[in-house]
Amino acid sequence: MTQNSLGDSVVQKAVQSQQVNNGVLASATQTQPLWLLAEVTYRCPLHCAFCYNPTDYDKHTQNELTTEEWIQTLRDARKLGAIQLGISGGEPLLRDDIEDIVIEAKKLGYYSNLITSGVGLTEKRIQAFKEGGLDHIQLSMHDITEEINNFITNTKTFELKKKVAAMIKNHGYPMVLNVVIHRYNIGHMKEILEMAEALGADYIELANTQYYGWSLVNRSQLMPTKEQVDEAERITNAHRANPDNKMKIFFVVPDYFADRPKKCMNGWGEVFMIVTANGDVLPCHSARVLPNMKFPNVKDSDIGWTWKDSPAFNQYRGDAWMKEPCRSCSEKANDLGGCRCQSFLLTGDAEAADPVCTKSPHRHLIDKAIEDAKNPQLQAQPIVFRNDKNSKKIIEGEFQERLTEFHALP
Amino acid sequence: MTQQSISKNEIYAIAMHHRFQWEEAQQCYVILFPEGMVKLNGGAGEVLKRVNGKASVADIVADIQSTFPDAPNIEADVVGMFDLAVGKAWLRKV
Repeated sequence: MTQNSLGDSVVQKAVQSQQVNNGVLASATQTQPLWLLAEVTYRCPLHCAFCYNPTDYDKHTQNELTTEEWIQTLRDARKLGAIQLGISGGEPLLRDDIEDIVIEAKKLGYYSNLITSGVGLTEKRIQAFKEGGLDHIQLSMHDITEEINNFITNTKTFELKKKVAAMIKNHGYPMVLNVVIHRYNIGHMKEILEMAEALGADYIELANTQYYGWSLVNRSQLMPTKEQVDEAERITNAHRANPDNKMKIFFVVPDYFADRPKKCMNGWGEVFMIVTANGDVLPCHSARVLPNMKFPNVKDSDIGWTWKDSPAFNQYRGDAWMKEPCRSCSEKANDLGGCRCQSFLLTGDAEAADPVCTKSPHRHLIDKAIEDAKNPQLQAQPIVFRNDKNSKKIIEGEFQERLTEFHALP
Repeated sequence: MTQQSISKNEIYAIAMHHRFQWEEAQQCYVILFPEGMVKLNGGAGEVLKRVNGKASVADIVADIQSTFPDAPNIEADVVGMFDLAVGKAWLRKV
């Protein structure tokens, strides 16, 4: 999948919307999975260096759910209250049953979104999606230059993306672009925004890379400097302030450069549910990296039980699991201690405070990463592109040194 | 964003790419759009469910007044809701 931050950003958007006071319910703790993300396959024709998909995804390419299993999952999740449906991957269009999934989603009353690289989107398929009731298509774009697009995705897809953008527009879809931001394109922010306006985009999501999955393996190569991030934000704000620009911009804040962590997924098991290609049900995209957790699978567990009662979904719900410094922190309700996966990946302890927080005893790990972003030697290491060959190598234990060097623990 | 002033003879419809529907599991109306959703409270839902591209603001005020004859200041509430919904780009003028 080409979009690394869908979960956080869409949920944050929903919550912001809910906080409108006049005539709208105030934000309250949710007990329903409003968002269902269907990661229907991990197969992908692109090889993006920043992909958040699991680095061992190769384990899950032979055991994908069938069409019938997906349709049953949509029905069951809808009964629980899921409304927004993201059909994602990998590249979802590598499956030939997305049309059937879209028709069922419409029948059930989902607001459905196809999240795609554009590879495999033809006139015939987009016509079928329109007739089937797909509500919108989110297209990943990478840069204004062919060179960077082709480099970071490790494919020649630049021209195709422009063609697909026009196709989406011609079929009357709102154009939602997603651009993952990293060292290689952050210097082109102004041109990226101008390109999006020229393509007629209605929404653009500038998703600063967050470091999970493949992007953590490649963090030294992808991470921009603090100065670059500040400049990118300044350009974004200037673009927003110009009344001639109509496009709505979502700027996903790069959490390493903040001093408090993000409220990851708007809280564990609060509004967001992911069903992976093989049917595992997760409260966040990368939860399977956590140790000693067993995530239920739609093939053998009722999804209502999974959401409400399973040990996995209750493990980090609310704040009872917290230890210091989170437990007694006056701000704990704001961010719920941040991201469990990030805590585990960087400190070795899933219950530690997110090291992004300046109150965390591990904050020095983040400061070091920011410092390292200035080091040209680290950036010059070869990128490990997301592909089957590298995934197999990672399953066999290669590239471990790329991750262990970030850890605080031996 | 911008301050709208709603005139009572105007007619509105739900904006393009937005969908308004009743949610059984939430027991409320919602507005759905790319990358987001908003749950509406009872009063807001009562207004928006009457927005159909045909009824004017005045028609909707009158209809709500006859449905809820005991509620005070309904007109101001309904117009306020239109202000909010137009400001949020949930509605488009027909």
